[in-house]
Amino acid sequence: MKGIRTAPYFFIAPTMLLILVFSILPIGVALVISFTNTDMAGLGDMSEIRFVGFSNYLEVLRDPTFLKSILNTLFYVVIGVPAVIMFSLAVAVLINFGKSKIFHIFRLVYYIPSVTNIVAIAVIWGYLYNPSVGLFNFLLGKLHLGPVPWLQDPVIAKLSLIMLAVWRNIGLNMIIFIAAIRSIPRDYYEAAELDGASSWRQLISITVPMLSYAIFFVSITTMIGWLQFFEEPFIMTKGGPLDSTTSVSLFIYRNGFQLSNFGYAAAGSFILFFAIMAVTIFQFKLQRKDMSI
Amino acid sequence: MKSATYTPGARIRSKKRGGALSQWIVGAILTLGGVLFVLPFVWMLISSLKTEADMIRIPPSLWPHPVTFANFPKLFKGMDFAVYLKNTLIIVLFSFVGLFLNAMAGFAFGKYRFKGRASLFLLVLATMMIPSQVTMIPTYLILNSMHLMNTMAGIVLPGFANSFMIFLLRQFMTNIPDEILEATRMDGSGEFRLFLRIILPMSAPILAVQAILTFIGGWNSFLWPLIIANSDKLYTLSVGLSLLQGQHGGDYALQMAGAAFMVVPIIVIFMFFQRQIIDNYAISGVK
Repeated sequence: MKGIRTAPYFFIAPTMLLILVFSILPIGVALVISFTNTDMAGLGDMSEIRFVGFSNYLEVLRDPTFLKSILNTLFYVVIGVPAVIMFSLAVAVLINFGKSKIFHIFRLVYYIPSVTNIVAIAVIWGYLYNPSVGLFNFLLGKLHLGPVPWLQDPVIAKLSLIMLAVWRNIGLNMIIFIAAIRSIPRDYYEAAELDGASSWRQLISITVPMLSYAIFFVSITTMIGWLQFFEEPFIMTKGGPLDSTTSVSLFIYRNGFQLSNFGYAAAGSFILFFAIMAVTIFQFKLQRKDMSI
Repeated sequence: MKSATYTPGARIRSKKRGGALSQWIVGAILTLGGVLFVLPFVWMLISSLKTEADMIRIPPSLWPHPVTFANFPKLFKGMDFAVYLKNTLIIVLFSFVGLFLNAMAGFAFGKYRFKGRASLFLLVLATMMIPSQVTMIPTYLILNSMHLMNTMAGIVLPGFANSFMIFLLRQFMTNIPDEILEATRMDGSGEFRLFLRIILPMSAPILAVQAILTFIGGWNSFLWPLIIANSDKLYTLSVGLSLLQGQHGGDYALQMAGAAFMVVPIIVIFMFFQRQIIDNYAISGVK
C-alpha cells in the first residue's frame, strides 16, 4: 500500500517517463542532429557524424523544393482555413436553428468524415477524382462539362486536396460551434425578440459576436493543423505532380524517412515549428488588439 | 393580452426559431448538403459490391451489374487483411493501456498536492504544442537505438502518453468530492485501491468517451505503424489498404471493399455512441 505522500509520484511515473522519452527527449535530439550531418551512414557508424553548424538550415532555406513546399502550404492554409471555419460555422448555425430531434442526424452526417480513416478516405476520393472512370468527371460529363484533371494539374490538384480536407475538417469544428452557440444565454435572444429583431438580425448581432472566442479558438487550431498538412498529399498524390502538392510536412517526411537525411530534415522541422509558433503568437496579438478595442 | 400563466420561454422560443417554413428551408439545405456529404461513402459501398470490370467501364454505371460480395473474402484470402486486422486490434488493446496510464496521471494531477505538481503539469501541457514533425524523426532514431524497430512495442509506446487526455481527465476528476476519497481512506484503503474502486467508476462518463475515441484512433492508426514496421507482419489495416492502393492500383473494387471494411465499423460505433462523443466537448468544456 502506498502512502499518500508518495502515491501521486507513482501515478504519474509511467506517463511522465513516456513523455520524457517520446516528447521531450526527441526535441533535444532533433535540435542536436539538426546541427550535424546525420544520415543513414551516420546511424551505422557514429564516427561519421560531424557537427556542421547552421549549414543544414541555410541549405534547407535555399532548397527549391522546400520553398515550393512553403508556397504550397501557404496556399492550403489561406484557402482551406477560412473555408473550414465558414462552412462549419454555417452548418452549426443551421443545425442549431432546427427544433426537432431529426436535426441530430445532421450532426452525425456532417461529423462522420472526421472520424473515418484517412487512408480509406483517400482511396475513395482517389477513385472519385479518377479522370476516366471517376464519378466526378462522369457527373460533369452529363452536364456536358469537360473532364477535370483533378489530381493531374498542379493547381487543381491542390484545390482537390483542399476540398477533401475541408470535407473532413468541418465536422469537428461544427461540434465546437454547436456547443458554443448553445451556451449563449437565451435572454439575449428573448430581448431581441421583444424588440422585433428577425432571425437573421439576431444571428448577426448576437450569435456571431458571442462566438468570437470560439471562432478564435477554431481558427488557431485549424491553422496549426493545416500548417502541418500531410496525410492528404502523402496518400493521394505523393506530393506530385512535380511537387506541386508537396507540403512542408511532406518535405520533412520525405527527407527524413525516404532519403534518410535526418539532420537536414530535422532542420526543416524546426523551421516549421518556428513558423507555427510565430503564426500562433501573431494571432494571439491580433485577438488581444481586437478585444481591447 | 397574455394570460396569467404565460411562460415567456416557450412562446418566444418558438417565435425565435421561426415558423414552420423556415424550419423546412433549413432542413432542406442541410439535407442537400448532407447528401453531398455522404456521397463518397455511398459510392464506396456501392462500388465495393461491383466486379472489377464493372468499375472501369466507361461510362461508369451507378449500380453494380452484377452485385457481388466476392471482394470481401478476397481481402482476407489474398491480401493478408486478417493479419492486418489482428495487428490493428492489438494496437487498439494497447491504446486502452495507454488510457489507463493517462487516467492515473489525470487523477494524480487533479486530486493530490505534491511538490512539482504545477511545473510537471505545465510540462505535460507544453508538449501539446510540439508539432509531430519535430518529434517524428528523433523518436524514430530513439526507437532504433532501443532496438524497438519493427516491433509492436515500438509502434504503441510513443502514443501511450496523451497530454490532452491527461488534461481532460484531470479536469473531470478534480470535481470528484474529496469527502469520498477521505471516507475511503478512513476505511483503510490504499491509494491504488482507491483509484481502481472509486475514482475509475466515478469517472465512467469521461472514460467512456475517451475509450471510444481511443478505439477509433487505434483502429485508424496509420503513420506510425507505417514508419516503424518493416515487414507485412506488423502492418495495420490502414497500411494494408495503402499497399493495396499502391500495388494493385487498378483493382478499384477491391480497394473500395477494403475502404468499406475500415469505415463501416467506425460509422456503426459512432452512430451508437454519437451522444457521448459529441457531448465530450461539453463535458470537458470548450472554454
